[in-house]
Amino acid sequence: MTTRQHDISVYEQVQRSGEFQELKRRFRSWAFPMTAAFLGWYLLYVVLSGFARDFMGVKLLGNINVALVFGVLQFVSTFLIAWAYSRHAERKLDPLADKLRHEVEEKEAR
Amino acid sequence: MSQELLSTILFLLFVVGTLAITFWASRNTKDAADYYAGGRSFTGVQNGMAIGGDYMSAASFLGIAGIIALSGYDGFLYSIGFLVAWLVALLLVAELMRNSGKYTMADVLAFRMSPRPVRTAAGVSTITVSIFYLLAQMVGAGALVGLLLGVTSEGGKALTIVGVGLLMIIYVVVGGMKGTTWVQIVKAVLLMGGATLVTLLVLGKFGFNLSALLGQAASQSGKGDVFLNAGLKYGTEAQGLAGKIDLISLGLALVLGTAGLPHILIRFYTVPTAKDARKSVMWGIGIIGTFYLLTLVLGFGAAALVGSKAIAEQNAAGNTAAPQLAKVVGQELFGDFGGTLLLAIIAAVAFATILAVVAGLTLASSSSFAHDLYAHVIKRGKATEKQEITVARISAFVIGAVAIVLGIFAQKLNVAFLVALAFAVAASGNLPAILYSLFWKRFNTSGAVSAIYGGLLSAVILVIFSPVVSGTPTALFPNADFAWFPLQNPGIVSIPLGFLAGWLGTVLSRESDESKYAEMEVRSLTGVGAEKASTH
Repeated sequence: MTTRQHDISVYEQVQRSGEFQELKRRFRSWAFPMTAAFLGWYLLYVVLSGFARDFMGVKLLGNINVALVFGVLQFVSTFLIAWAYSRHAERKLDPLADKLRHEVEEKEAR
Repeated sequence: MSQELLSTILFLLFVVGTLAITFWASRNTKDAADYYAGGRSFTGVQNGMAIGGDYMSAASFLGIAGIIALSGYDGFLYSIGFLVAWLVALLLVAELMRNSGKYTMADVLAFRMSPRPVRTAAGVSTITVSIFYLLAQMVGAGALVGLLLGVTSEGGKALTIVGVGLLMIIYVVVGGMKGTTWVQIVKAVLLMGGATLVTLLVLGKFGFNLSALLGQAASQSGKGDVFLNAGLKYGTEAQGLAGKIDLISLGLALVLGTAGLPHILIRFYTVPTAKDARKSVMWGIGIIGTFYLLTLVLGFGAAALVGSKAIAEQNAAGNTAAPQLAKVVGQELFGDFGGTLLLAIIAAVAFATILAVVAGLTLASSSSFAHDLYAHVIKRGKATEKQEITVARISAFVIGAVAIVLGIFAQKLNVAFLVALAFAVAASGNLPAILYSLFWKRFNTSGAVSAIYGGLLSAVILVIFSPVVSGTPTALFPNADFAWFPLQNPGIVSIPLGFLAGWLGTVLSRESDESKYAEMEVRSLTGVGAEKASTH
């Protein structure tokens, strides 16, 4: 059990470190509000589809109405959020995560 | 040459090709990581395509195009839920799961919990969700062959289900995750190719003027402008408030279910690192999103060019809208042979679609049985890798056989609700357990077990007492009436219940392991100690 105890203490040390807390903050402060935002945006769309059909039926250009544009905007926002997340992860999360991983692996190798 | 013969030949080509790939892949399937996770050696792009191939079922290809062709805009609501759901997987689940799990969904849940009760619950839930989904696909295969290959006898349909079932068993038993993944990649390429081709032909007919296409669809449907707006199928004005709440309930299950579907979750283990898992979800979102935009054109195109009446005559649910459309545009542009050829291609693609999805489901459920229930619950972690894989193969065979028998039995039943139910169970039981497990320090064994059983049972019980099972002419048992729950979709009640059960189970138990959570948190965010790709 001694090696196991040792492992756990390494993880707890890392967890308490300022750098890990910064990584956790960067991850959560982006992912959590964004999840709330896209779920809210999606629910708005579903609720309007159920309860505001006159508004959704307004024609904007030829036969293209608000409902169609709103639906396609859900696709656009999904693509954009996915792209923004991968940019955020590459710039703000990956370097810090890689650094911490190497540190832990070195400590464990010792 | 008749279209039926041509479809059969094309489909057999797909079968021969994928079987060859499967046997080739099986040469490199040696250990458990190969069987369960394809050696974790797929690239992000390959896995992204496999995600598309695993996710875009016949229900979403033929089903959504059919709903749009018959009921207009409402089919689009379905595809939007199916797509937005991937952001939950991308932002909250995929990478953390890749870093902290090994082969199954339960690996993540059991990380800091007492393994036997948690793996039992996760195994039960995985197998239940997969069987629901599998059954819907098998019954769909029987119906589809009747329409596309001209097989109308009951015996012929049963034989098709047996054939589909045997093929899926071979893919999974012989090829494991590697074989299954390649089948899904090939299917994704064919499906995207076929859908893009027909979409371009349809748009070309309207001079790439979407408004003109929509106008003709609305007038051909005989319903006018309401055809281009929500409300002809889900939450109709006639159903009143309950119908509209039902619509929101469906939307919730769709958007929250994907990140709890076991056959989707195990795909994140097939790549070497969390970064590749992220990349594969990005590709998956691109492919799936593009595909649903194509089905929008296919659905409205079918309404405009084939006409809702001709589609409803073939199949009341509109499942043949896309193949019928292929025939019409092919005929107009390239003559009779063009129509036959294009229909044959789309029909063969539809079968390939079913095969790839059922193989993924069989793999997910048999993996969970072998790794969670057999190796960890029955053998208490003392099974050898070889025993475990043997059990995985046997259970794939048994689950496949069960799916074949149930599929034949359910031929005449209306089981379309099973896909929505699978999403509701995944969102109500699996998702709360996964999210709490990854993000809530205090979460414990009692909480995980309560979330899974609470969500699973509330979704299933509410559906049993809903109008989809009894009390309406289109119900599973139209002659009985024991429905007291007014909604067809349980999500709006069962999802909060699942989260509540998980919270309650947690706070009522004193168990809490902070050091184990520290390990999980560090590992999931940094990738320390994550399973590596095979080197052979």
